[in-house]
Amino acid sequence: MIPQAFDYHAPKTLAEAVGLLARFGDDAKALSGGQSLIPLMKLRFAGPAHLVDINGIPGLDYLQEEGSTLKIGALVRQAQLEQSPVVKAKFPLLADAVRMIADPQVRNRGTLAGNLAHGDPANDQPAVMLALGAQVVIAGSKGERTLPIDKFFIGTLTTALNAGELVKEILVPIPPANSGGAYYKIERRVGDFAIVAVGSQVTLDKSGNCQKVGIGLTNAGPTPIKATKAEAFLTGKAPSEANLTEAGRLAAEMSDPASDTRAPADYKKAMVQELTIRTLRTAVARAKGGAA
Amino acid sequence: MSKTTSVELGGIGQAVKRKEDSRFIQGKGRYVEDFYLPGMVYGAFVRSPFAHARVKQIDTSAAMKVPGVLAVITAKELHGVKLAWMPTLAGDTQAVLADEKVLFQSQEVAFVVAESQYQAADGVAAVEVDYEELPVVIDPFKALEPNAPILRTDKKDQKSNRIFHWEVGDKKATEDAFRKAGVVISQKTHYQRCHPAPMETCGCVVDHNPATGHTDIYMTSQAPHAHRTVFALVAGHAGLVEHKTRVIAPDIGGGFGNKVPVYPGYVLAAVASVILGRPCKWIESRSENIQSTGFARDYHTTTELAATKEGRLLGLRVKTVADHGAFNAHANPSKWPAGLFSICTGSYDIPAADVQVDAVYTNKAPGGVAYRCSFRVTEASYIIERAMDSLARELKMDPTELRRKNFVRADQFPYATCLGWEYDSGDYHKAMQVALDAIGYDALRKEQAEKRKKGELMGIGISSFTEIVGAGPRSKFDILGLSMNDGVEIRVHPTGTVLARTGVKSQGQGHETTFAQIIAEELGIPESNITLEEGDTDTAPYGLGTYASRSTPVAGAATALAARRIREKAKKIAAYLLEASEQDIEWKDYQFQVKGVPGKAKTMAEVAFAAYTNPPPGMETGLETSYYYDPPNLTYPFGTYVCVLDIDSKTGEFKIRRFVAVDDCGTIINPMVVDGQIHGGLTEGFAIATMQEIRFDEQGNCLNGSFMDYLLPTAVETPRWELGKTVTPSPHHPIGAKGVGESPNVGSPAAFVNAFVDALSHLGVKNIDMPVTPWKIWRILREKGVA
Repeated sequence: MIPQAFDYHAPKTLAEAVGLLARFGDDAKALSGGQSLIPLMKLRFAGPAHLVDINGIPGLDYLQEEGSTLKIGALVRQAQLEQSPVVKAKFPLLADAVRMIADPQVRNRGTLAGNLAHGDPANDQPAVMLALGAQVVIAGSKGERTLPIDKFFIGTLTTALNAGELVKEILVPIPPANSGGAYYKIERRVGDFAIVAVGSQVTLDKSGNCQKVGIGLTNAGPTPIKATKAEAFLTGKAPSEANLTEAGRLAAEMSDPASDTRAPADYKKAMVQELTIRTLRTAVARAKGGAA
Repeated sequence: MSKTTSVELGGIGQAVKRKEDSRFIQGKGRYVEDFYLPGMVYGAFVRSPFAHARVKQIDTSAAMKVPGVLAVITAKELHGVKLAWMPTLAGDTQAVLADEKVLFQSQEVAFVVAESQYQAADGVAAVEVDYEELPVVIDPFKALEPNAPILRTDKKDQKSNRIFHWEVGDKKATEDAFRKAGVVISQKTHYQRCHPAPMETCGCVVDHNPATGHTDIYMTSQAPHAHRTVFALVAGHAGLVEHKTRVIAPDIGGGFGNKVPVYPGYVLAAVASVILGRPCKWIESRSENIQSTGFARDYHTTTELAATKEGRLLGLRVKTVADHGAFNAHANPSKWPAGLFSICTGSYDIPAADVQVDAVYTNKAPGGVAYRCSFRVTEASYIIERAMDSLARELKMDPTELRRKNFVRADQFPYATCLGWEYDSGDYHKAMQVALDAIGYDALRKEQAEKRKKGELMGIGISSFTEIVGAGPRSKFDILGLSMNDGVEIRVHPTGTVLARTGVKSQGQGHETTFAQIIAEELGIPESNITLEEGDTDTAPYGLGTYASRSTPVAGAATALAARRIREKAKKIAAYLLEASEQDIEWKDYQFQVKGVPGKAKTMAEVAFAAYTNPPPGMETGLETSYYYDPPNLTYPFGTYVCVLDIDSKTGEFKIRRFVAVDDCGTIINPMVVDGQIHGGLTEGFAIATMQEIRFDEQGNCLNGSFMDYLLPTAVETPRWELGKTVTPSPHHPIGAKGVGESPNVGSPAAFVNAFVDALSHLGVKNIDMPVTPWKIWRILREKGVA
């Protein structure tokens, strides 16, 4: 559990950080919370020659509402999200999920940006952000670009980030009234990665039909999955048990889980279906102002 | 003069706060890792990525060029000092470093010694080993097939992978019982391979002084004296002679049987210290601990019960294939290859039994340690308690009724089992009734019936276990020939305070508190005035260490009897001081009194001062003694556990709704310590039942070699434990105590699994092997058309 030798850099500005990342390219890794990178390094599964620690860069830990958007800076810790009144009031899906990420120690260090940038389908935030339709602001030496979250995850542990780039902030649209969301995670034990988890976000129209639907799947395939077929099916329809069940079936159809030490694939697939139904039920109840 | 009470003294039965906790809570404990000696170097292992392979070549040249690397030791160097192989506690041989071939993944292949831990790790990464893969044997049943590759080619006489065949009981009487039985059940179970996973991993610091020839070994040892003797027997020729070797077991962060075996790391740190003339530290990582050190269980068992149609037990037949891994390194008393597995008649009056165990070599890490159990007792308790539920189901009888019908009755004690044990005392009916009353059993069964009508899943599981602990009488129990007896020394200082030392070693059990309470009770000295020391072989009397719940039954008895020896001498001094004859002195209210003359008395402190200042003419100065205790029998703690759980029929997720544990460990020394022990053991039992298994793939890769995949429960999922008790003292133990540390781990897994099976029994489910997980439950429910 001792990493290979590496050079440590502590830039003071974002420009300096992306400069270092550009200079060292694939030999460098950005360090924020370190909750994924450090264990990989200690196991010698990762051995970057250069570590660019962005924790000393001021002004990256903002969590603020701006118009209809919640802006989340790169150094916002999961614990900050967990304790945020805005998150509690307006993002029940995120509030559900963030308190199920690992344990308090990990949440005190780990960041939302890092959780996404790691590109691990087992992480909880990718599914949440897919369901919420977030955007990722990426900084590089040539400037900034903004990418919708469903274009961000390319493969297992691979994202749209190029060498020399890092996630600067995440923009999450604030759901309108008559919205609700929920996250359900089946885990072997608290603090573990999900066996599978599902996050659902629903906005109801005036007649009570589903106006907007977002469904994200955790650990249900090689990448985080946006259950687009289920979303499309349910959009414009009444949230009846029959429709939720069909949405669950379609979400499961889109999942592609592998058997591992957590559970066999058939169980995971069946749970995608069940949890999609359950989270949609809760999301709809919350959208209607229900306590559940 | 006011009477002294047991409460004031902190005597037996008092919930005295643990003396050790203040230092642990404040981070002031001292563990092996905390020892930093001048000039200390660090050792780390190169380990095998393969489960079975020939080691063709080890190239250490690049590693030797890594800055700070001082030495790379391989089997070749160990052959030079005749330490390439070492005996295991089970009488087998084990490669200290892979000698020609590796037999399990993570086996120790080379030892890199460097100036720092970082340099040692870099050195490990630079060692190049050329392996030639060999066919891997993972399934113990396949290992026994005639065409299976023989793994232990190092052993000339080994013609198969069978380590031993052991049997006990009466085959013919058992056959007769099955022939005339009205009902017979057969139950296949696998008690999975699990790992004790103590909070602190194994490690040591060895400090060999080339000038004096003395060697200090600071190590995580549950049995410091036994380990020193083993070192002397194994490495005496290399300088580890017993009188110049000092084993110091400082504070230990849990053992649970994992710190009983001798591991290659201890030997190599010693070799490195001797070679370099500098202290050498070796500390395992968590993964090394889980992947290479003593595992527990791994018993594949078929249990058969024969009974009358009315549910009276007639016979028990048990056949087990035990997977011991690459070396037979289990830690059992020499005469008991399957430990005390023959306690498997449990709490029941069974007339005939036939028990067979076949132990097998496979390409897995060695072990078979007694993980918080007294030598395979957990395995035994599990199979009988699971089989009793199966029989009840077959008979359509309530499992409590079947148990009640077959319990050894209170009036049958001492009770001789058909497999040769003599149960000392018990009242099984009472313990079960207390548990059933506490949980409200009848109401729960009604609730369950109603829920079933609605398709809801709820289960109730019972386990009425009998333990066997306190090994043991020297006629039957030894480890490598060493009698399993324990010594205790007590010194009463002139001011009436006490230093006591024992040959056992607490790893969290609380000896400093509970043994002081025994002495307090026996000598009338407050426990706060008593210091207990353990773990240093230069100062402590000999003893075989702490495991198998043996400390209170053996060392605890020695403590009481040593204190009584002190009191005998003290009585003579008191008589002298009180100018009375010894016959006229009585021990009353924790002091010496002249019979019939109230107020004419001497306290132990007064006597102690006189022992050093004014002893009777002709008497030796001082007040100290020792006692070596050879127990006349083992002790038999028991209890009944009841688990109630609810299952989500769509996801297989479950919630333990309630868990009532009624324990009887005889006389209770400290109820708070006992409760703590039970909480800890139940939590381990819960983990084993629902989370823990060391698994391998076909190639012998360990699939859960870290806490990422080998799960420890947290406070979130751990059930709330509801404790109850009955007290049936042991008739042969000086204070009637039986030991308790292991009961909850022994008794609880069957309660959990019985509850799971009970929840699904109306669907025809008879068994679910541990760990019982949501996906296993869901698969059953899907199969049965429920999920």
